Amino acid sequence: MNVLVYLVPLALGLGLAGLFGFLWALRSGQYSDVEGAALRILNDDDVENKG
Amino acid sequence: MTTAIDLSLYAQPDDDGRLSMDLAVEGVTCGACIGRIEGAVKQLPGIAEARLNYTNRRLHVVWAGGAFEPGRIVETLEANGYHGHPFVPLRAEEEEAAEARRLTRCLGVAGFAAMNIMLLSVSVWSGNASDMTGETRDFFHWASALIALPAAAYAGRPFFQSAWRALKARTTNMDVPISIGVVLALAMSLVETAHHAREAYFDSAIMLLFFLLTGRALEHAMRRRTRAVAGNLAALKADAAHRFSGGEVVTVPVAALRAGDKLLVKPGERVPADGTIASGRSEVDESLITGETARRRIAPGDTVYAGSLNYDGALTLTVTAAGGASLIDEIEKLLEKAASARSRAMRLADRASRIYAPVVHATAALTCIGWLLAGASWHDAIVTAIAVLIITCPCALALAIPAVQVVASGALFRSNVILNAGDAIERLAEADTVIFDKTGTLTLPDPRVVGADTIDPATLQMAARLALSSRHPLANAVAREAATRVPYEGAVEEPGRGVRAIVDGVEARAGSAEFCGAAELVSLPGLSHIYFTYGERAAAIAVAQTLRPDAVETIARLRALGLDLRILSGDRPEAVRPVATALGIDKWGAALKPADKIGLIEDLKREGRLVLMVGDGLNDAPALAAAHVSLSPISAADLTQAQADAVFLGERLAPVAEAVVVARRARVLMGQNLWLAVVYNAVAVPIAIAGLVTPLIAALAMSGSSLLVTLNALRARRGGAA
Repeated sequence: MNVLVYLVPLALGLGLAGLFGFLWALRSGQYSDVEGAALRILNDDDVENKG
Repeated sequence: MTTAIDLSLYAQPDDDGRLSMDLAVEGVTCGACIGRIEGAVKQLPGIAEARLNYTNRRLHVVWAGGAFEPGRIVETLEANGYHGHPFVPLRAEEEEAAEARRLTRCLGVAGFAAMNIMLLSVSVWSGNASDMTGETRDFFHWASALIALPAAAYAGRPFFQSAWRALKARTTNMDVPISIGVVLALAMSLVETAHHAREAYFDSAIMLLFFLLTGRALEHAMRRRTRAVAGNLAALKADAAHRFSGGEVVTVPVAALRAGDKLLVKPGERVPADGTIASGRSEVDESLITGETARRRIAPGDTVYAGSLNYDGALTLTVTAAGGASLIDEIEKLLEKAASARSRAMRLADRASRIYAPVVHATAALTCIGWLLAGASWHDAIVTAIAVLIITCPCALALAIPAVQVVASGALFRSNVILNAGDAIERLAEADTVIFDKTGTLTLPDPRVVGADTIDPATLQMAARLALSSRHPLANAVAREAATRVPYEGAVEEPGRGVRAIVDGVEARAGSAEFCGAAELVSLPGLSHIYFTYGERAAAIAVAQTLRPDAVETIARLRALGLDLRILSGDRPEAVRPVATALGIDKWGAALKPADKIGLIEDLKREGRLVLMVGDGLNDAPALAAAHVSLSPISAADLTQAQADAVFLGERLAPVAEAVVVARRARVLMGQNLWLAVVYNAVAVPIAIAGLVTPLIAALAMSGSSLLVTLNALRARRGGAA
């Protein structure tokens, strides 16, 4: 059962990473326009400009 | 005359010294619009940033300050086929956005904690059933505590703060028992863990927070969505005013007007602010203010109210201080009285929580005493009592009503009804009497052609195309009939008289009888007419206030719902009678002042009736405030709309009936949900009192009941079909 000593903190660490990812996404406004994000990905004008 | 647009009022400075502006954009229909709008605006010199929020149809533009004219953004949008309406975000809306972010953060933390603690708890439950050692279990419990305590301290704040506020005000709400339950569950689990117990309730406490936060976040999201739409509509409605500054006329937003400003009001425009006429003569339609459909002649020195429609001539207006007008003062006085007299009936959720908390806390106390009397140890008695509190923790109860409200306001939103007040659904469901205003509510807000089928279609089409070149409100009604919206070339409007154009070498005229030389044409009494002549063709086109297209069906539907219908109008009896007859409403009153309308509503209230008032005029505002619940069309006067519990969009009257149907269904579901919660407790509490509850049972019971209540609430989606 000694394996738990690092497996549990590892699981917690991964969970925390997910939580901070979520909080970061929230702070950078990625949830403010959910419908728009779904449509913007189809817009490839930026690709043409570069290439 | 060219007029510059001055939008500097809407430009907001940010921290870097740049300026920004928000615009509600009309005409955004598909994903391609995003690129088109942002691309076009970014091409303007000086623009640093342009981002369209597709969800709420708003464009945020940032520029480097300096010489840039924000009016050019609106012009650019216009050139690309969109309409942009600048606005300043309301304080309330910004506060809601901040609150929504806070709730989502709490939800994220609670979700993370719930998942990780559940991971540990499931291990403990399986371990308890097999061969887990005490040390491992303790390790798992301490790890749970490490996650649960900070998470609850963070994610529980919305509940703890609300509970604290309620207690400080010496009342109670649903958050009080929630907070007590969570805190006790955590404290007990901590003590139990320290004593190497087999069971701890960290998972129950955190899961409870997670479920409740989900409910609250959804409720908030729904409210923000309707708030955003309402904000856009307000921006769309905000009129511009033509202000004289120096020798030229500048178009400015109405919000920028000050007392003493001189304004130009062209024919066919609404008067943007209260004022006195400095020069010019005209007729104004004040139906939005008084409900009176007959027009009033005005001359220099007369007072006009914001929202009046100018008919014939250009006016110069001197803006008077807001509230200086006697009519507005009277209405505001009545509004104050109505608001103070309005007894806020206690809402279902408050009633439930007021019964719930004492009952549950008494049960827990009795359980503790009972076990002590039966000879149990202090430890066992207290643990059982806390288990009772945890199992009854009002997860289902706290979700029962908000869940239905969220789903029902979504259903209303799809039926073109936007709620202003969250508890309006319950009050709508209770209404047994509906009072309609006539002008602008039962009838369309602007006049329409009547008897179009009695006129030769080709003649009507010509008249309509010619009328496209006029700004006169009656001509606008005729122009609506035009199949092709292409005006005749070289059409000339003679203000106050009519329009003329040469079509195929012959002059066509539309306007007053005298202008068209058509005085001999038969005209219907009591109606306004636009006359049209072209060679030997001639017609008198009658224009009048007409009923909303589905008014008759909607009234019949409301009657079938068992509602008592009445009309109270500020208009003349001879204008109200035909409407009442057409709709089959025999209880109607005409020529009523705002105070009379309130008086009649008060009488109905004394009879024990719950009145739904539907009105749009400024004169209806006090009546809307006095009624049990109120609706107004989106075309209503601003002050009136602010009083209404909900606003409906579009030309149809159907949303009124829809709203009642959805609200009644929602009310039924709220009742059902409360009963579901009661039944759940009736089953779970005896088990808890008997001391048989384990954390596993608590977790199952809590998620099961929450799920059941939420699923039941989803049935409110099937709104309009009933």
